[in-house]
Amino acid sequence: MIHQYKLAGRNIVVDTSSGAIHQVDNLVFDAIARYEAKSSDGLATELAASYPEVAETEIVAVMEAIAGLQTAGQLFAPDAPYRALAGTAKRSGEVKALCLHVAHTCNLACDYCFAREGQYHGDRALMSFEVGKQALDFLLENSGDRRNLEVDFFGGEPLLNWAVVKALVAYGRSREAALNKRCRFTLTTNGMLLQEEMMEFLNREMETVVLSLDGRKEVHDRLRRTPAGAGSYDTVVPKFQELVRRRGGKGYYIRGTYTRRNLDFVEDILHMADLGFTELSLEPAVGPPGDLYAPGEADLPVIFAQYERLAAEMKARQGTDKAFRFYHYTIDLDRGPCVHKRLLGCGSGTEYLAVTPWGELFPCHQFVGEDAYSMGDVWQGVTNMAARDELAGLSVYNRPDCDDCWARLYCGGGCSANARHVSGSVRGVDPVGCAMFKKRLECAILLRAL
Amino acid sequence: MERIQTITTGSLAQSVATGGCGECPTSCQSACKTSCGVINQPCEGQK
Repeated sequence: MIHQYKLAGRNIVVDTSSGAIHQVDNLVFDAIARYEAKSSDGLATELAASYPEVAETEIVAVMEAIAGLQTAGQLFAPDAPYRALAGTAKRSGEVKALCLHVAHTCNLACDYCFAREGQYHGDRALMSFEVGKQALDFLLENSGDRRNLEVDFFGGEPLLNWAVVKALVAYGRSREAALNKRCRFTLTTNGMLLQEEMMEFLNREMETVVLSLDGRKEVHDRLRRTPAGAGSYDTVVPKFQELVRRRGGKGYYIRGTYTRRNLDFVEDILHMADLGFTELSLEPAVGPPGDLYAPGEADLPVIFAQYERLAAEMKARQGTDKAFRFYHYTIDLDRGPCVHKRLLGCGSGTEYLAVTPWGELFPCHQFVGEDAYSMGDVWQGVTNMAARDELAGLSVYNRPDCDDCWARLYCGGGCSANARHVSGSVRGVDPVGCAMFKKRLECAILLRAL
Repeated sequence: MERIQTITTGSLAQSVATGGCGECPTSCQSACKTSCGVINQPCEGQK
């Protein structure tokens, strides 16, 4: 499949099945658009009429160049091998990543939180060490030959259960070497409780820390408030700056959420950069159609313009001390994930599971609390085979709405939880989320072309 | 300008045979947690 677009004065051609990307002039852009529908002679005649200033020999050369790219597998590449692979590909049943909900409670009460003050529509709770230890045992014993395992401490606010976080890291470290595993711990925090000893531990043990900041003070404080209504910006920003300063180049993300109330969100990204942070992520709030905060279809033109502006800002800062990376624009177009990964997507419910404070398993953090997707528990493992089989059988080729989508091998089918919340089925899609994904991808490719 | 500048030749077809080790990071586990895609994930085998 071919995807062609014009952006910032550039003509981009994406050959989705090979992963090849070309920047072309207007003549080639038009020729590629009509190439498959026309005979060679017919297309040459059409192009000669459309581009009278171009010599006939030049048009012939263009046609030959396009044919050459096709022969080289860089244009109009077939995806039949991938379809065949998707038909036989099955998740192995090995688990390689857990999202540990060590705290179903939070010391902030952010209005847009999908977890509703960390409670996920349930009771407040902290995970015990025993439950967490069993979760790690479950992961270690069900990860087959996979060496690299991921454990994310999530919430609510995981620092509210700090002693258990530390104890679980120690337990994982005590077992990984003997099993030839490598536990990559990560933690997502709002930063309110961060202090010296925590920073030292996080910077030593965590592969990545995800630090929640929405951007400008007025934007952050409007929604990220304490239960008493106080803003949290002034508390967390100096802590984040100190943690990152000490991190020694290890991975981190300043990660925020934008809503319908700050659709000028590039200002928030630039504010993060102005604070000295370089690894940035800002995500749209998610929610059902009509949600107060989640951007909707009507917001897309403004959002698209923002993503274009972001690409331009990033380009202008490249090579300066104000340069930064934006998560969604950080893609490896030359190599990146293999086609196996792209066919099967995120792996929720199969190789990736979320664990509640009580040890119950869900496909991912966004499914927590949905009874139909209660997968089992850390003692008995996955027992809801109907849900597991449904999720294990997903590929980009059996989501009907992905049939004609050029971006499917870049998104891997998208987020099953969002799809279910919006469309009612994990095989559906979230059209607004898809539109934003595709726009970000176009901008990321443009950044490479500029 | 040249009429065609190839930004990347792509390597997806080759990865049918070379990929699939499963050692790569889980997509949603990294920075995003809400709007998941796979393209941001590095290939562990090529590090």
